[in-house]
Amino acid sequence: MAEFDLIVIGSGPGGYVAAIRASQLGLKVAIVERENLGGICLNWGCIPTKALLKSGEKYESLSHLKDYGLSADTVGFDFDAIIQRSRNVAKQLNSGVGFLMKKNKIEVIEGTARLEKGKTAPKVVIDLKAGGNRTIEAKAVMLAVGARARAIPQIGLEADGDRIWAYREAMTPKFMPKSVVVIGSGAIGIEFGSFYRALGAEVTVVEAVDRIMPVEDIEISKAAQKAFEKRGMKFRVGCKVNSVKKSTRSVAVSINSANGDETLEAEVCISAVGITANTDGIGLEALGVTMDRGHITIDGHCRTNVPGLYAIGDCAGAPWLAHKASHEGIHAAEHIAGFRTPNVHSPIAGCTYAQPQVASVGVTEQQAKEEKREVRIGRFPFKVNGKAIASGETEGFVKTIFDAKTGALIGAHMIGAEVTEMIQGYVTAITLEATEEDIHGIVYPHPTMSEAMHEAALDAYDRVIHI
Amino acid sequence: MTDILMPALSPTMEEGVLAKWHVKVGDTVSAGQVIAEIETDKATMEVEAVDEGEVLEILVEAGTEGVKVNTPIARLAGDDAAPAPKKAEPAKDEARAVSKPGPRPEPAADKADTTQAPPAPAKDGERIFASPLARRIAAQNGVDLKSVKGTGPHGRIVKRDVEGAKGGTAAASPAAVQGEPRKVQSLAQMGIPDGSYDLVPLDGMRKAIARRLTDSFRDVPHFPLTIDCEIDGLLEARAQVNALLEPQGIKVSVNDFIMKAVAMALKAVPEANASYSPEGIALHHHADVAMAVAIDGGLITPIIRKAETKSLAEIATESKDLARRARDRKLKPEEFQGGTFSVSNLGMFGIKSFASILNEPQGAIMSVGAGEKRPVVRGDSLAIATVMTVTLTCDHRVVDGAIGARFLQAFKPMIENPVTMLA
Repeated sequence: MAEFDLIVIGSGPGGYVAAIRASQLGLKVAIVERENLGGICLNWGCIPTKALLKSGEKYESLSHLKDYGLSADTVGFDFDAIIQRSRNVAKQLNSGVGFLMKKNKIEVIEGTARLEKGKTAPKVVIDLKAGGNRTIEAKAVMLAVGARARAIPQIGLEADGDRIWAYREAMTPKFMPKSVVVIGSGAIGIEFGSFYRALGAEVTVVEAVDRIMPVEDIEISKAAQKAFEKRGMKFRVGCKVNSVKKSTRSVAVSINSANGDETLEAEVCISAVGITANTDGIGLEALGVTMDRGHITIDGHCRTNVPGLYAIGDCAGAPWLAHKASHEGIHAAEHIAGFRTPNVHSPIAGCTYAQPQVASVGVTEQQAKEEKREVRIGRFPFKVNGKAIASGETEGFVKTIFDAKTGALIGAHMIGAEVTEMIQGYVTAITLEATEEDIHGIVYPHPTMSEAMHEAALDAYDRVIHI
Repeated sequence: MTDILMPALSPTMEEGVLAKWHVKVGDTVSAGQVIAEIETDKATMEVEAVDEGEVLEILVEAGTEGVKVNTPIARLAGDDAAPAPKKAEPAKDEARAVSKPGPRPEPAADKADTTQAPPAPAKDGERIFASPLARRIAAQNGVDLKSVKGTGPHGRIVKRDVEGAKGGTAAASPAAVQGEPRKVQSLAQMGIPDGSYDLVPLDGMRKAIARRLTDSFRDVPHFPLTIDCEIDGLLEARAQVNALLEPQGIKVSVNDFIMKAVAMALKAVPEANASYSPEGIALHHHADVAMAVAIDGGLITPIIRKAETKSLAEIATESKDLARRARDRKLKPEEFQGGTFSVSNLGMFGIKSFASILNEPQGAIMSVGAGEKRPVVRGDSLAIATVMTVTLTCDHRVVDGAIGARFLQAFKPMIENPVTMLA
C-alpha cells in the first residue's frame, strides 16, 4: 500500500498550495523541496522584487515632495539595507510556509526528487539533503517543479553573478550598478529596469519585438514606454542581441536593428529573456511523459499522459505566473481527491509592478482582431479622475474590450498607480461572466481610482460621464 | 380617491372579461363587498372591494373583453386618509393578494421592459441560477435555460453550458420553435370560403386549452398503455355502498370508484405520481387527482386533493360539488390548478377507448372508456363480462413503460375487486 495519497514535487506557490488543499480534503500528503519552501516566488521572485520596488518607489516619490508641499533637507538610500529588507521579507514568508505545512500535517522532505516507474503512479526517489536516499510512493504524484531563467550561452547571455545577472543576482547584487542593460522587456525586465532606474542607474532595455511589454495591448505598450522614458529609461525595440561580452568592469551588449549594429556598454547586463522549465533530470523521458517545447503537456485537469502523474504551474506551460500555478494546483488536488469539476479556464491577470504599474486580463485589441471578433472598446484616462488628481497620480488610463455581440467583457488593460490592485475587479467580472449591463450597474465608491474602471466600461457603450 | 384595478385572479391570468358589475355609480361600497364578476380563461370570479367609499366612476363597462390585468376598472372616493391613486403595481403582487398561486405559477404579466435583457426569470416560480453572459447567449440563441444543466458553482448555468446547448439541437430546437408563433393559414387560404361558417370568438378558456394542449402534445414525449378491466365486481360493490349511503343522500358513481382506485394505485406505485422538472423528477407526496369536467365552452379539471386519504363517500360528495361549481364556472383557481394526475372519463358517451393529452406537469392521465358487456375468454370457454377499457397516457420523461404498466397492474385488481382497496 502506498505510504501517501499524494506526493507534490516542488513547494512553490503551485506545489505548497496544492498540498494544503489536498490535506484539507483528507489526503495524506508529502511535499519534496530541494531548496527553500515557497519556491522561487516568495524566495527569489514575486515577493522580494516587490520589496525592492517599494523601496525604489518610495525613493522616487521623495523627488516629488515639493508637489505635495513637503520638503526634506537630505534624501538618500542605503543600498545594502534595501537588499537586506527584501531578503527579510522573503525569509518571513518562507517560514510562514513551513508553519502552514506543519499545520496541515504535510510531510516536508528536503531533497531532490526523480521519478521511476511505479504502480498506480510513478515512484518518487529522493536524494535527501541530509544524505542518503528515500523512495516513497503515493496514489498520485504532482510535478510542481517550476522554471528558471533562460540562458542563451551561444551569445554569451548566461548569468555569471559578476557582470551578467539573472533575477537572483539582480535581487542580491554586491554593488549598486551605475549603468544597466536589461535584455527583455517582459514583466521581469521592466521591473528590474524600473528599480535600478529609480535608484539612479542609467538603464537601457533591449527588446526583440517592435514594442516593449509585447504581451500587453499595443496602446499600453506605447503608454508604458513613454512613461518609463519620462523617468529616464532608454529603450531599443526591434533589436536582436548579437552578443554579450564581459570585461572586468563592464559588459558590452552588441545589438542589431533595422538601423544597423550598435553596442551598448554598461556595468551590468540583466538577462530577462524568459524561462526554461525545470523538467530535466527528473526521469520524465524514461517514463515517456509527453512534452511540448520543454514543457509538460497536461489536460484540463492537469493530468499528464502517465497515469497518476499530474503537472501544474510553470513546468506545464504559459502563462508563467504564480497565481496560475496555485489555481492549477488546487484544481489538480481536488481532482485527485475525487472532485469532478469541469475544466476551469479562469482568466489569469498579468501584473507588472513598475512605475507606473501595468495590469491586464483577457484579450488585447490585437488578439480580438486576429480572432475576428467584433468588439466595443472603451478608454478612460486617470488625468480626469478625482482621486488620481488629489493623489497626484494622474498618469495612465484604463481600456476595456467587450464582445459586441454578447456584451461580455473579454479584455481589460490598465496602466497607472496601483492598477495591479484594481485589476481584480475586472477579473471578477470576467470570471462571473458579467456583461456590460452588469458592470454599468455596479456602484463604484467615490472617490477612487477604480471609478475610471467604471467609466472605461461606460465609454465602450458611449455612456462615459466625465469626459 | 382610489382606483380599483383589474385583478389577476390566477397566476396565469393576463387579461379577462369584465362580466358584470354589482355596483353602480353613486353606490357606497364597503371592504369585502362583491362589486364585480370577472371571467378568466378558467372561471368566473367575484371581485371584492378592498377599500370603502363611494363609486365615483365605472371605467370599464360590463361585458368588456380582454381587460388587461392592472387596468383601472372603477374609481372610488375614499376618505382623506385613503391612499393616493394606486399606481400600477406589478401584477404578481396583485395575484398574491387575491389568490394563492398554485404550485405552477407562470410569470404574471410582467413584461414592462422588453428592451433590456430579461432579469432572472421567475418561470415556474423558481429562480434559475445563470451567469449574466449565459442568460444573454441563451436569449440570443433561443435556448431555454430551464432545459440547460448548469455546471458552474452550485449548479449555476455558465457560458459553456449554454454554448453546449446551442450545439445540441435536442435542447435548443423546441425552445426555438416556441420562440416564434406557429404560422397558421387563414381558413380562406385553406379553401373554406368566408361566410360559409359561423365564427365563435376564442374566449380565454379556449385560448388556454389551445395553448396548453398544443405545448403538451408537441413537447412532451408521450405514449399510451391500454388495459381491460372487468367491472362486474365493481358494479355489485357500488350497489351495496350506495344502499348503505342512501340515508345520507350520497350516491357514489363509477367514476368515484375510479378516482379512489387511481389514488390507491398511485400510493402503491409512487413513481407514477410524478412531474418532470429540469432540476429533477418531482415525486408527489399525495395523490391530487384531477377529473376532467366538460362544461359549456370547454373543460376544466377540478382536483380531489389527497384522494388516497379520502373515503368513497367523501370523494363522491366532493366530486359532485366540484363538478357543479365547475359547470357554473365558480371554481377557485386553487381548486383546478396543480393536480398530480388526471382522469378523463368518456364512458357515458359509449366511447370504448381513447388516449388523452397530458395535462402538464402531471406525469400521466387516465382515459376511461365505457363499461359494456363483452365476450371474455375464461379458461377455454367464452363468457360474458362487463368490461371497461382504460388507457394511461404517460410522460416518458418521468413515467417509463414499466412504471406505467406497474401502475395499471396495481389499478386493475382494485377496480375489479374494490374490496382490495381496503388492504
